[in-house]
Amino acid sequence: MDPGLLAQYVFNGLMLGTIYAIVAVGFSLFFGVLDVIKFSHGDVVTVGAFSAFGAAGLVAAAVTLPGPLALALGLLAALGAGAASGMLIGRVLVLPLKNAPAVNVLLATLMAGTVLREVIRLGVPNGGNPKPFPALLPEGVLAAGSFSVGIDSVIILVAGIAVVVATHLVITRTRLGLAIRAVAQDGEVAQLAGISFSRTVLGTFALGSMLAGLAGLMLGLYYREINFNMGVLLGIIGFACAVVGGLGSLIGPILGGFLFAGIQTGVTVVLPFTSAYKDVVAFAVIILLIGLFPTGLIAEKSSERV
Amino acid sequence: MSMLQLAPTLDTANGRSVGLQRVVVALTVAVLFAGGGFLLHTEEQGQVIALLAAFVALFALGEKLPAGRRVAALCVAHPGTVNLTAAVMVLAIAAALREEHYTLLMMATVALFATAAAGLTLQMAFAGVPNFAGAAFFAVGSYVAAVLGTSGIPHLLVLVIAGLAAAVLGLLLLLPVLRTRGHYAALVTIAFGLLLRSFLEVNDVLGGPQGMKVPSFSLFGLSFSRVTEIGPYDVSFYLPYALAGCFLFALAFAVVRRLEFSFAGVALDAVRSDEVSASVFGLSIARWKATAFLMGNALIGVAGALYGMMNAFVNPNSANFGDSLIMLSILVLGGLGNLWGAVVASVVILVIPEKLQAIQEFRLVIFALLVIAILRFRPSGLMPRVTRDFSSFAKEG
Repeated sequence: MDPGLLAQYVFNGLMLGTIYAIVAVGFSLFFGVLDVIKFSHGDVVTVGAFSAFGAAGLVAAAVTLPGPLALALGLLAALGAGAASGMLIGRVLVLPLKNAPAVNVLLATLMAGTVLREVIRLGVPNGGNPKPFPALLPEGVLAAGSFSVGIDSVIILVAGIAVVVATHLVITRTRLGLAIRAVAQDGEVAQLAGISFSRTVLGTFALGSMLAGLAGLMLGLYYREINFNMGVLLGIIGFACAVVGGLGSLIGPILGGFLFAGIQTGVTVVLPFTSAYKDVVAFAVIILLIGLFPTGLIAEKSSERV
Repeated sequence: MSMLQLAPTLDTANGRSVGLQRVVVALTVAVLFAGGGFLLHTEEQGQVIALLAAFVALFALGEKLPAGRRVAALCVAHPGTVNLTAAVMVLAIAAALREEHYTLLMMATVALFATAAAGLTLQMAFAGVPNFAGAAFFAVGSYVAAVLGTSGIPHLLVLVIAGLAAAVLGLLLLLPVLRTRGHYAALVTIAFGLLLRSFLEVNDVLGGPQGMKVPSFSLFGLSFSRVTEIGPYDVSFYLPYALAGCFLFALAFAVVRRLEFSFAGVALDAVRSDEVSASVFGLSIARWKATAFLMGNALIGVAGALYGMMNAFVNPNSANFGDSLIMLSILVLGGLGNLWGAVVASVVILVIPEKLQAIQEFRLVIFALLVIAILRFRPSGLMPRVTRDFSSFAKEG
């Protein structure tokens, strides 16, 4: 195969993997602190994308902004709306249901996601149709032989990887991260040590949902199109990546994200005539992996919880 | 001697009051079903709203007033009367509305979704195995009907094969579902649903995105779509489907009820509520979960096959995740483990949006909020599952 084309595929795979990883890390964070799956996470991604779209669009209608300022505005809107919706769902739905059976929480948050989705579809003018996302990043193309890639895509990829690293630093190096890890290990003991349980949990929701909002912005910038139901599949894929990688760990979901993207890309590269089956294969591998490694590839360190 | 004399009088008094109780139960059920039938039929917005208000009021009375609670308890105490009245009322409604295509279509849809909900009840409410791919197994049934319907195999047998096919496909998921619990098992089924749907979409053998035509059901050479009159009466061709759907639900109801009240039901509940103690008592967790999962899928598949034959076509969209969620909403809204609850919830979720044009656009939001409210404030559903009472067995020794 042409090396340039191969590089193109690898680049696309890395991009997808980064976005999946960012979403999956959110799932893993929530599961770590509260042992719940917050399935509205995928739709929080959509909320982030539409908030950035709305903010950039509204302001652009009033005044003409230089690119970086519009981008910063969109970023703020995505992070803010993501965090707000994530915390709201956490506050009114997930925290009160924390002792309910796992499936109830799953269903309740799925339905919360449906509400977010439908609010966007009905609330945004002509919300049922795909929206073109404004190009907020500098134009231009980097080319090397037959491999060419937009500067904007490179920026998105680098920013995404930076965000993953930054999240890792937040978890391992800051007071909030310490609190999150303490609550994840044992909520009660953490409270005895002076850590506010509910504040930490809400902080985790804010952090994870900001990541989701950011993923929404990245998707919008990369594909130049957003859609009210773009979060459904992404949420499920993110969840699958987190489970396969190992819920509760931080490296696991990142690994899972790149694995899933790798399978999707790999199927397209190796068997081009069956590329339509890439989702079929990817989900089949997920089911197989869950069957083989029920605790995820990187298991939660449950032995430390004795 | 005095004891002997006393006994018969007590017995007759008891007999009379039991008879009275049965009448009360029969009347209650008859009124509820008549209301439901009217709701299915009426198109006028005012009437629909009034009827819904009446149902809500009745429900509230049954919950809050002592007399209402007593009637509800009587209904629980006389399941035979309830079932008989229900069957008679269904026949009566079908007879009265025999020419109404749309009403009968809706009646059949409710019955078939309630049948699928019975399958999900076995899996989720009894064995505790989550199944977030109900619509996928339902669609499997429809596709089997599409493929085998024209092959000359008797259609009753096609229904059975459809059930078996859904169960066999479930078999593929068995290992991952059994090795995992809670969200993980849920994810396996979600992933399977998505997998099946994208498979159906890209696979040309099964019609691709356009789907397939499904031949109409024919019973002993009588094609349901050709039925236009029975004796002197003109009838809609949906009438036989409505009756067949209700019959299928009755069958599923009987099976699930029988199971619930047998040792199997107790074993399944034990497996769900505490795996460790269940295995200490010698129950094989894997075997019971597998049994419930496969049986549940079989029921869903059979219902799906008849549904496909009624609609005359099936496409990959029938296997979509949203529809699986609607099935789960039916289960949760009605009350996990209560099949009558599933019927009520099917009516709420499938019929009311068709009837109230004002909410059609907002139906998904409304259901989502409704399910959230139920899970948050009344997790046992509108009609909570009734605890089994085996005390009569104990008395008999």
